[in-house]
Amino acid sequence: MRITDTYYLVLAAMIFTIGAVGVLVRRNVLVMFMCIELMLNAVNLTFVAFARQLNDVRGQAFVFFTLVVAAAEVAVGLAIIVAIFRRRRGATADDVRMLKG
Amino acid sequence: MTAVIFFIFAALALVGALGVVLARNPVHSALLLVVTLVSVAVFFVQQQAHLLAAVQVIVYAGAIVVLFLFVIMLLGVDREESLDDPLPHQRSAAIALGAIVLAELIFLAGHNWATGATAPDQFALKGGSTALGNNVERVARVLFTDFLWPFEITAGLLVIAVVGSVVLARRSGQPVELLEEEVDSVDDVDTLEGEAAAP
Repeated sequence: MRITDTYYLVLAAMIFTIGAVGVLVRRNVLVMFMCIELMLNAVNLTFVAFARQLNDVRGQAFVFFTLVVAAAEVAVGLAIIVAIFRRRRGATADDVRMLKG
Repeated sequence: MTAVIFFIFAALALVGALGVVLARNPVHSALLLVVTLVSVAVFFVQQQAHLLAAVQVIVYAGAIVVLFLFVIMLLGVDREESLDDPLPHQRSAAIALGAIVLAELIFLAGHNWATGATAPDQFALKGGSTALGNNVERVARVLFTDFLWPFEITAGLLVIAVVGSVVLARRSGQPVELLEEEVDSVDDVDTLEGEAAAP
């Protein structure tokens, strides 16, 4: 059987959904970050699938920018987690509930 | 053969993704994330994105997951965590919303909503003149011509991220206003003051 681009798109949709549900369900901020990485990866897979479908290498170039944003986001996000942990002795989303005002 | 590889690694990617969400220990989550990332790298190879497959393994599995593990170990949060739900109905609502999102995305994926326009020769993934070279050369050519300005801006973004993370994670020189439980846990307040005054 031939693997068409739709297979990749459906798989990317599944990974994205698992990541989104993970962000909503988990309370550990680190695991929430990993779920965001899952969602970014699903989008990368979609970019590459469309790059092949449309035979356009610019779709692959875009994945580079997603990678850079993911790396910057992880660096800043983990610094924020370390700062919160220093104050609160915990790294769950409930530890920053005073932010709700 | 392509189909067999696809289904094997699709199963691995989904198991890894589910494991990230369901694992109680953050270290296990991070290691299962690697399984998903490497599977996605295999899909990149299958779709002729060889450069991206290498970058995926190096940057994600090599740098980002290691950073995650480093922070987990630094903070000492590598203990089991209960998955109990403090808010009633939050989990079921999240799963219902996830099912809706999945249905929408699969509905879209089944449609032929791409225009079907093929790229001009200079942007073609394959084909075009042989002088355009292989996948790496083509991606590099696009990155350093058409996307040169965004590419330079990402350098600025990375510098800002580095400076921001240093500022955020730095231990400030002034004595911070201590939370009450922190003061209680410290036996000798003098050592704390000495430590704060040292820098």
